[in-house]
Parts: sequence; C-alpha cells; structure tokens
Amino acid sequence: MKPIVTTIVLLVSSLSTHLHAGGVDDLINHYMIQAKSETASFAGFVSDRGKDLYLKEFAGGKKDTPSCTSCHTNNPTQTGETRAGKAIEPMAVSVNPERYQTLKKVEKWFRRNCKSVLGRECTVTEKGDFLTFMKNK
Amino acid sequence: MRLTVILFGLLISLPVFGDDEHVLLLTDQLTKSECSACHFAYPAAMLPKVSWTKIMGNLENHFGEDASLDTQTTQDITKYLVAQAGDTAFWSAKFVRGLDNQNPPIRITETTYWVGRHPGISKEILPSGLAGLKSNCAVCHLSAASGYYEKN
Repeated sequence: MKPIVTTIVLLVSSLSTHLHAGGVDDLINHYMIQAKSETASFAGFVSDRGKDLYLKEFAGGKKDTPSCTSCHTNNPTQTGETRAGKAIEPMAVSVNPERYQTLKKVEKWFRRNCKSVLGRECTVTEKGDFLTFMKNK
Repeated sequence: MRLTVILFGLLISLPVFGDDEHVLLLTDQLTKSECSACHFAYPAAMLPKVSWTKIMGNLENHFGEDASLDTQTTQDITKYLVAQAGDTAFWSAKFVRGLDNQNPPIRITETTYWVGRHPGISKEILPSGLAGLKSNCAVCHLSAASGYYEKN
C-alpha cells in the first residue's frame, strides 16, 4: 500500500476511535493507536507496569496525594475515599463495569490526577498500562 | 379531624422553622455534578462572589489537588456560583457578613458566620480523624444533602 493511503487509513481510524471511544477496550485501543503513532516500534501495554504505576509513591506531585492509592486504596476492587470524605467507586472493571465509558471523562481525570500525584501529565503508555491493569483487575 | 391534621402539620413543621436552617441546594446540574464528584455540594450562598471567583480561578491548586476543568465548563460554573453567591440576596447576606472582600476566604469553614455557628468544631475539639472532615457538612448535619442543616 502506498504510504499516503496508509496515512489516510490510520488518520480516519484514529479519528473514528477518537469520536466513538467508549468502554475500556475502545479506550485502550484509542491509546494504542496514539502510542503507535508516536513510536512505530511500540510493543503494547503491560498490565504489571500499570500496577506499578498505581502503587508507586511519587515525590513530584502534591504532598497530600503521593500515590493513586492515597484516595483509591491499594486494592482497586475496593471503594476509595476522596480527601473531602466522599466515596469513590472502585477502579477495577470487574467490580465496576460502568467506569471508563467516555474518552472525555477519562482524559479529564488522567489530566487532573496525574498532575496531582505525579506532578505532570501521564504519557500515553502510562494511560494505556493503567487501563490495561484496571481491565485485568 | 381537619383541625387535628393542621395542628399535627404545624407540629412536625416546627423543627424546620425552628432549629433547622434551610439553604438552597445547588440547582445547576453541571455545577452539582462537577463539584460533588469530590466533595459535598456546598451551596453557592455560603460564600460571596469574590470567593467563588478566587476559587474558580485557581482550580489547578484546589485545596491540595488539581481540579482543573476545560475553559467552557469553568466559565459556566463560575457564572452560576457568582449569580447565586451569598451577597446577591438579602436572605443569604448573613452567610457572608463581616468578610474582607480584599482577602476573601476560600473555605466556608473560615467565614465569620460558620465559625460563629460551630463554636465547638472551630476549636478543633473533634477527634483528630474527624477534624479534617469538618468540610463534610453531612457528617454532622444528616439532612444537609437535602438542604436542611439541623442543630446537633
């Protein structure tokens, strides 16, 4: 296939995923396409890397939220609690299949919470790893 | 019979007009859903306009967390909160009386009114684990989510 055709096919498929992303599989697929467009040799998301990200303590973020576990507990199948005392529905897809429905919402929370916890936005790989872990959990 | 009903009605409504305080709930769905995703849906009347503007202008550093929203959502919520703020109506003026508009509070629990109405809690006599939850009105005011702040 000519490069121009490949590019158009990739662009169109990326756009349609972007517009219709819903459900954890669609979202993972969305980030997969993004990751491959950034790095041609991208090898795929890794659930264990997502687990490490979830459990790790970071020093670069806000002091009250060094880790995802600060609010979500160290078990994503459990109900968490915000610092203001509000319950957070579990993150794991197995116990909360209603999560991860729209790209807009997922992107909003990645942006805010990655900045709060890591002190920066998450990379595409981190987002994909994280969602893969939550899907398997 | 009718008299009994009226008298009974008056009796059960006494707490509402007596001890309880009713505050308008957040009626804007966008504001309600975004704010209450993390915390109690604080009524707009409990802070003055300048406080809401200050809070909404710094959502990246929102009480120790990044709570930023897209520009349009931020603008829409700010507009609603400012329009319903304590200094926009006579009945809610009490919530914001005595505040310094040059240096407005960003915590309802730091307003003169709140401190005056919660003498025990403002002195941090709650057990340490609960002290941080004075921001969660419904911990003590069990009907706060319905707009009623009963005395405890």
